[in-house]
Amino acid sequence: MKEQKHIMTMLVDNQPGVLSRVVGLFSGKGFNIESLCVAPTMDARVSRITIVTMANPPVIEQIEKQLRKLINVIKLRDMTGPRAVKREMVLICVRAKPEFRAEILRIVDIFRCKVVDVGTEHYIIEVTGDEGKLTALINLLAPMGIEKIARSGALALYREPK
Amino acid sequence: MKLTGAQILMEVLKEEEVDSIFGYPGGAIIDIYDELEKTDIHHVLVRHEQAAVHAADGYARAKSRVGVCLVTSGPGVTNTITGIASAYMDSVPIVILSGQVPTALIGNDAFQEVDIVGITRPCTKHNYLVMSIEDLAATVKEAFYLARSGRPGPILVDIPKDITKETTEYTPGQRVKLKSYNPTYNPNMKQLKKIGKLIESSERPMIFAGGGVILSKASRELTELARKTRIPVTTSLMGLGAFPETDPLSLGMIGMHGTYRANMCTSVCDLMIAIGVRFDDRVTGKTDAFASQSQIVHIDIDPTSIRKNIPVTIPVVGDCKISLEHLNQLIDQVELGNLDQKRKPWFDQIEEWKSTNSLAYEQKEVIKPQFVVEKLYELTKGQAIITTEVGQNQMWAAQYYQFDRPNHFITSGGLGAMGFGLPAAIGAQVAFPDATVVDIAGDSSIQMNIQEMATAVQSGLPVKVVILNNGYMGMVRQWQELFYDKRYVSTCMDCAPDFVKLAEAYGAVGLRATKPEEVESVLSEGLKIPKPVIMDFVVEKEEGVYPMVPAGAAITDMLLV
Ligand SMILES: Cc1ncc(C[n+]2csc(CCOP(=O)(O)OP(=O)(O)O)c2C)c(N)n1
Ligand SMILES: [Mg+2]
Repeated sequence: MKEQKHIMTMLVDNQPGVLSRVVGLFSGKGFNIESLCVAPTMDARVSRITIVTMANPPVIEQIEKQLRKLINVIKLRDMTGPRAVKREMVLICVRAKPEFRAEILRIVDIFRCKVVDVGTEHYIIEVTGDEGKLTALINLLAPMGIEKIARSGALALYREPK
Repeated sequence: MKLTGAQILMEVLKEEEVDSIFGYPGGAIIDIYDELEKTDIHHVLVRHEQAAVHAADGYARAKSRVGVCLVTSGPGVTNTITGIASAYMDSVPIVILSGQVPTALIGNDAFQEVDIVGITRPCTKHNYLVMSIEDLAATVKEAFYLARSGRPGPILVDIPKDITKETTEYTPGQRVKLKSYNPTYNPNMKQLKKIGKLIESSERPMIFAGGGVILSKASRELTELARKTRIPVTTSLMGLGAFPETDPLSLGMIGMHGTYRANMCTSVCDLMIAIGVRFDDRVTGKTDAFASQSQIVHIDIDPTSIRKNIPVTIPVVGDCKISLEHLNQLIDQVELGNLDQKRKPWFDQIEEWKSTNSLAYEQKEVIKPQFVVEKLYELTKGQAIITTEVGQNQMWAAQYYQFDRPNHFITSGGLGAMGFGLPAAIGAQVAFPDATVVDIAGDSSIQMNIQEMATAVQSGLPVKVVILNNGYMGMVRQWQELFYDKRYVSTCMDCAPDFVKLAEAYGAVGLRATKPEEVESVLSEGLKIPKPVIMDFVVEKEEGVYPMVPAGAAITDMLLV
């Protein structure tokens, strides 16, 4: 069976050790984590965890059931598919020799991202978007030489009814 | 009313109707012991903390109640891990109360500090570190509630020493509220109706019952269903006793050492109704070949058990007892026709398989372990509570003692922890002081918690230990015999103690049988003695457990004797 990428978000009790219960479940059962984000919600007693994972359908079913079984997981939703908005932020440190600077700035402009730091030999670019946009940008910048990259991991929210 | 943490703990234990605790003291829990002494709660002082948990396990399973143990911080609680892991695998409701260093020292690598919440996270249903006395009562109540509800399991509560001494206002009878925990007890009726239809149309149905039936006290409902639909029943090791084994509809146990007919049934059945099971690999063998021609119905309270190992036609999440009650009512409205006639070809087939008596053995000059278990069954009239160690002894106990009632067979099924049987027997004896409780043991396993003989003697618990002494780690030796060209590496127990003298050294009674004709007299003498007794049966050294399905093979590929 084919592995697919799934993005899941869950509301959890904002208590010590809850993140390790979630992460421990993934490592203990051999599930994969591609990215992970955690932060409190508007209710300080509740945090939101977003996890991107790769697995085939039966394993996805197990992951969901196992997560729901954790006492501290209040609510879980699979955000895969068009019904949720997904975004990730990336900081890219790209080499910026004088002869490439104009080209890099043009790309930054087209992708509507920002240069947030300028050095003699580099730019740091901040970009937010869905996976497709980020991959396209990274592919364009790669030939100039990407020195460092920091990705936030994906976030997702379900679209409210229109 | 202002109470100390230790006093609050006692109040909660009384509210939870705890009558017995298995424990071992230490610096971090002196205050708790000091208060425990003032209550009516019966404390059983074990000799090793692993045994405290196994004993709580035996108590919980014999009595269908939450078992409780109390241990100190650091080494006290690290010693409990095997017990906790075993209870977790077998879904046994236990609350483990552990002492911890004072809150101010946590994280400092203080003397006897371990991160036990971290260590036990993957082998508890849930666990807690109490960081404020204000949380103590609610946390312990929550622990009991979680242990016994839904799919039961062990819950650990780690209590720092300062919290046991501090005081706070205590309000009795607080209620547990958990917004994120809501086990599904009531099954989906549409799914149950579909099961009713399948029962109506199937020609070769079978029921496969597991430990969940015993945990939810659903044996009566299961028996009713089987009898009125005339469906034969097999059980897993954990399910032994969920359905009377002496009933003509019983197929015996399924799996690696299951009966020939139970395993053969899986290969041609057209409907398998699985209740309270989790399709362990020791049951299914090669999963692709398991019940491959069958529709599978799976009823379980834990959704993660469903479709984890085996694809299922009709999944039902719900409590086994409630689901079976509903199913029985539905069946009453279905016109099933003349079942005896309809099932005749199926029962004829099963009868034919039964004639391959896969449990046959011959008692010659040397004592056969199977013979000892059969004699024990006879002499106790099938009424004893049997616990087991792990290995061949465990399988012979499962195969040759017939269990007609639930809560009478107590074994470390999922974990297979040697050293389980004696402390579990102690726990069961505490639960039922007047019952005959027998640990069917191996000569190697018994040495893993033999020190508990002292516990039994001190607490006046007349448990009986029947050692099937083959001088080997028999089960491992059997694998070496069959799959490693008889290279018996490190499995010969050459240097064993004299178990009779050992029993006497502990202040118990020791008896020995070396010839078949002594078996009955030793057993009946030993069973009569109102004290702990070790009975050492010197049995055939290289006897094997059969039938046997090699690991990973289809369960119909059985090696017979
Ligand atoms: C704690 C533990 N260690 C190792 C094993 C692996 N093991 C399974 S059965 C067995 C042999 C048990 O020997 P014995 O108690 O004499 O029982 P027999 O099989 O001979 O009846 C061993 C070593 C285990 N199950 N548990
Ligand atoms: Mg042995």
